[in-house]
Amino acid sequence: MKILVPVKRVIDYNVKVRVKSDETGVDLANVKMSMNPFDEIAIEEAIRLKEAGAAEEIVAVSIGPEKAQDQIRQALAMGADRGLLIKTDDTVEPLGVAKLLQKVVEEEKPELVILGKQAIDDDSNQTGQMLAALLDWPQGTFASKVEKTDGKLNVTREIDGGLQTIKINLPAVVTTDLRLNEPRYASLPNIMKAKKKPLDVKDVGDYGVNVSPRLEVVKVTEPPKREAGVKVESVAELIEKLKNEAGVI
Amino acid sequence: MAVLVVADVHGNSIDDSTHKTVTAALAIGSDVDILVAGENAGDAAAAAAKISGVRKVLHADDASYAHRLAEPFADLIVSVAGDYDAILKAAATTGKNVMPRVAAKLDVMQISEIVSVDAPDTFTRPIYAGNAMQTVKSNDAKKIITVRATSFKAAEEGGSAAVEKIDAAGNPGVSEFVDENLTKSDRPELAGAKIVVSGGRALGSSDAFEEYIMPLADKLGAAVGASRAAVDAGYVPNDYQVGQTGKVVAPELYIAIGISGAIQHLAGMKDSKVIVAINKDEDAPIFQIADYGLVADLFKAVPEMTEALG
Ligand SMILES: Cc1cc2nc3c(=O)[nH]c(=O)nc-3n(C[C@H](O)[C@H](O)[C@H](O)COP(=O)(O)OP(=O)(O)OC[C@H]3O[C@@H](n4cnc5c(N)ncnc54)[C@H](O)[C@@H]3O)c2cc1C
Ligand SMILES: Nc1ncnc2c1ncn2[C@@H]1O[C@H](COP(=O)(O)O)[C@@H](O)[C@H]1O
Repeated sequence: MKILVPVKRVIDYNVKVRVKSDETGVDLANVKMSMNPFDEIAIEEAIRLKEAGAAEEIVAVSIGPEKAQDQIRQALAMGADRGLLIKTDDTVEPLGVAKLLQKVVEEEKPELVILGKQAIDDDSNQTGQMLAALLDWPQGTFASKVEKTDGKLNVTREIDGGLQTIKINLPAVVTTDLRLNEPRYASLPNIMKAKKKPLDVKDVGDYGVNVSPRLEVVKVTEPPKREAGVKVESVAELIEKLKNEAGVI
Repeated sequence: MAVLVVADVHGNSIDDSTHKTVTAALAIGSDVDILVAGENAGDAAAAAAKISGVRKVLHADDASYAHRLAEPFADLIVSVAGDYDAILKAAATTGKNVMPRVAAKLDVMQISEIVSVDAPDTFTRPIYAGNAMQTVKSNDAKKIITVRATSFKAAEEGGSAAVEKIDAAGNPGVSEFVDENLTKSDRPELAGAKIVVSGGRALGSSDAFEEYIMPLADKLGAAVGASRAAVDAGYVPNDYQVGQTGKVVAPELYIAIGISGAIQHLAGMKDSKVIVAINKDEDAPIFQIADYGLVADLFKAVPEMTEALG
């Protein structure tokens, strides 16, 4: 089978973001950008399925600026076979991303799409579920284990209270949780080889779907600040303060 | 405006997050209905009818809703969506799984994890692990929303809404339930607990969690949480993870033990009323948001604390 893996270029998870003073968004000038961590897990899972003989080809796709080629190249260096950038400098919301991915699926005809469960910038946790809905495919979200057995997928999902295992038909959409695997680092030779792997560049306009935003950003503000409290000297002082000052025990 | 709240049903009861979601719904419109979907979930429907401010309860009873599979559940919600201006569900794992599927079927952009209703079409939600708050106005005719339950007060009991049985919407038959492996615990549930005791990588083993964290939690009647590092290392089950990509908690008291305070962890607990940090590194970032910080070796301080609470 062919696997499609959407990867998003996001602010690196180590960067502490700053809200712009005009409240229009966060400051992304000169900050480190990376592949969304959950998407690295998605690429890794696709590679493992390929290594296990359950898949033949892995296509990495990103919707974003020219620079998102860096993240696609990283996917190729890890082991994906081909890349596709759908270029735009505008913000595309999860619904728009899902609509573009639907078109890519119609063209590429993968049997499985593996996405991250959540992009760590917008924290939406929507795109995979939306894509599954648009395609009318089953979904295995928040996966911590994926197995292909007799033409179906067994997906173990991280849910409130524990783990749930479901069996879904193929074609399907899967979204990754943190414990699915530990993504590999790309070796230097593989980084070199990735430069020669095919990477197609298209424009959002080429797909003929309306991706204009449905949500109007009114403002982006700093979260309420929490003042640092006091250091206590001993366990006895801590308990005394929790009892008499804070009144919480 | 008519608003539908999709209840969080477990077995034959409803979670408190349903009550909190009703509060968010009432801030959007005054005609609030609840959808209860489950298998033999009559008691859950009856419980939903007792929530104050609720107009009526729609009750769909069918085997296909027993395990909250996304495909039949989303189809059910879509089948009743025509009557509502907004549909809300708590941003727990079921809501996160099902609601975007509903939104896409209705061609609507979902508004995820709102923490406030600013106007019937305007909502605030955290982004970037809670390092920024985004206020958005939705231009969709129907609003599909998940609600961060910890940000809303629970609606009171005392209602007496009518319960109306509705038909199941059919099962597309593309997914099936295999099994569930739920963590058994007599402790309070993490998401709604008044006190949470969380441990981090510093514990070093699941035995240490048992020896140091659990007795303190039990003395306090607290739920137990953990950092991602502790979960990844297998010290505690996955669903103990507090943070950006785990559970969000806002208890009266949160005690972070041997946790450094990465932004991803803070995202899940910084709205707690009182935060205590126990860490041997006086420069650990967790101290920047802790109301009470104790610089100490947890292996000495925690047993002392458990002992002193007698
Ligand atoms: C995509 C993504 C999502 C993530 N989501 C989450 C999330 O939801 N939740 C989450 O928690 N993390 C999350 N993380 C991970 C996060 O970045 C941190 O790696 C993690 O929170 C660190 O866990 P920790 O504080 O237990 O470990 P560490 O950072 O290693 O801290 C251990 C602390 O213990 C202290 N210590 C050591 N020994 C002792 C002792 N004897 N007594 C007292 N103190 C001691 C040390 O001083 C140190 O401060 C995520 C990361 C990524 C990339
Ligand atoms: N612009 C994008 N380009 C490629 N993949 C994306 C994009 N936006 C979202 N995704 C995918 O959808 C997942 C969930 O994102 P979100 O719904 O925004 O939280 C991500 O982990 C990616 O796999």
